[in-house]
Amino acid sequence: MIELRDLHKSFGSQRVLRGVNLDIQNGETMVVLGRSGTGKSVLLKLIIGLMRPDRGSIIVDGQDVNTLSYTDLGELRKRIGMLFQMAALFDSMTVAENVGLGLREQRTSSDEQIARIVAEKLALVGLSGIENKKPAELSGGMRKRVGLARAIAMNPDYILYDEPTTGLDPITARQINILIRDIQAKLQVTSIVVTHDLHSAYQVGDRLCLLHEGHIYFTGTPEDMQTSEDLVVRQFARGEAEGPMTNGYPEPIRRGAAGMRAR
Amino acid sequence: MPGRPVRTDTFIQPFVLVGDKLFDAAASAGEFAVFLSRLLAELFPGLRYQRLIFEQCSFIGIQSLPVVFLTSLFVGGVAALQTAYQMSGTMPLIWVGTVVSKSVFIELGPVLTALVVGARVSSSFAAEIGTMRVTEQIDAMETLAVRPIRYLAVPRLVAATIMLPVITIIANSIAILGGMAVAVLRVGISLNLFNRGMRLLFDAQDVYGGLIKSFVFGIIIAVQGCYYGFQAAGGAEGVGVATTKAVVASCVMILVMDYFLAEVVFRLIFPA
Repeated sequence: MIELRDLHKSFGSQRVLRGVNLDIQNGETMVVLGRSGTGKSVLLKLIIGLMRPDRGSIIVDGQDVNTLSYTDLGELRKRIGMLFQMAALFDSMTVAENVGLGLREQRTSSDEQIARIVAEKLALVGLSGIENKKPAELSGGMRKRVGLARAIAMNPDYILYDEPTTGLDPITARQINILIRDIQAKLQVTSIVVTHDLHSAYQVGDRLCLLHEGHIYFTGTPEDMQTSEDLVVRQFARGEAEGPMTNGYPEPIRRGAAGMRAR
Repeated sequence: MPGRPVRTDTFIQPFVLVGDKLFDAAASAGEFAVFLSRLLAELFPGLRYQRLIFEQCSFIGIQSLPVVFLTSLFVGGVAALQTAYQMSGTMPLIWVGTVVSKSVFIELGPVLTALVVGARVSSSFAAEIGTMRVTEQIDAMETLAVRPIRYLAVPRLVAATIMLPVITIIANSIAILGGMAVAVLRVGISLNLFNRGMRLLFDAQDVYGGLIKSFVFGIIIAVQGCYYGFQAAGGAEGVGVATTKAVVASCVMILVMDYFLAEVVFRLIFPA
């Protein structure tokens, strides 16, 4: 279980997270929704210890991520896989080396065992036989799949997805969503998916939450979100240009948005 | 008083600017110290990445050879030409061989090789690691419980410290050959006279001293390249800035340290 308690994070004068509280239950897929720049990716980086919060705590299975030593954090990270927005594959390595890096670093498996696990994970994401290709030879969708294979290589308990469908065509995005559900069913992992893609959120999420103005504004099932009467939730769920979420925008943009709607 | 300019702002502004710069400098020094301490802590565990060390040795050593060959040849040549020009009519030309060999072994070989290889290698380290930083590859490494400093910086540091002295030996030899060729073909000294001049005041300690310097230059090049790479932020522009800083810092550090190394190596370790 992952518990986020009163998380605050600022970058200079910009206060991104202002007291985030959220519980992610074991075995569920929680989708974190929100507009661009609201701190969704920051939330994931805080959970895996790539950033430190200014205030608050992140408890993963009873361990406070902030208080762990570098070595203990490394041990915890072996139980958390992360798929980055642009996949973040290592350019200089082959697909097999990318997927097997974490296993090689652990030094508990032989080369043959690692090769077998790599092949197995690549098969799980539907990419058998591409072990010797370099990331530059892969399409965007394939890179995401390899990133996912790398994230699940060490059989993690948790998988964090940072914008898994961003930059993909609708068909590939749909395939990635199916893959996320598939991995969830096969591996019984707990997942956190950060996205602003509503289709993806409804498809993969057991529960959704909406990050707005540095807080978790809403938590509920996809149905709850679709039927919510709350103006903020409704604006996001319907993708409307005007509403309480955009009140902070300067006048010309709001006028432009109103004009678009009028047309 | 109405209409009166706000004197305090104008008065305070220079102090604010100086204070900001001082804070920035202190922060940078602190970050560099943290990086160095982490690099030292990861040094021995990082020695197990022998394949990576070997790859970096190949990149630093073998792939630098063409540029080192060319620059050393001409450095030796110009040393012979200038020495002969300065001495003509005042000193016997047997000293051309002496001056060329002494200057190549002590200064020209180690320093110019470090500058040429340093520019190539530190820029490459900063660009490669910087690109990994801005494309989240280093974050990805962390999430896989792989320590980026151990995996990326240590093999580069080890390879640079091994290869710089090796390249310097090669550069010294080529520079001497270049000097010899110019002395014989352009200045008109016999090969025998040049050789006798080289042997006249030859001291093996000059060569060892030069190699100690190149060992330290290897550390400077790798540390600066890796440090600025890890510091890169903000996309392609950030990588460009990191690369430039790495090259400038390693070249400046090589020249500054050259003086202090001369004090230590040739006054304390190998006193005349």
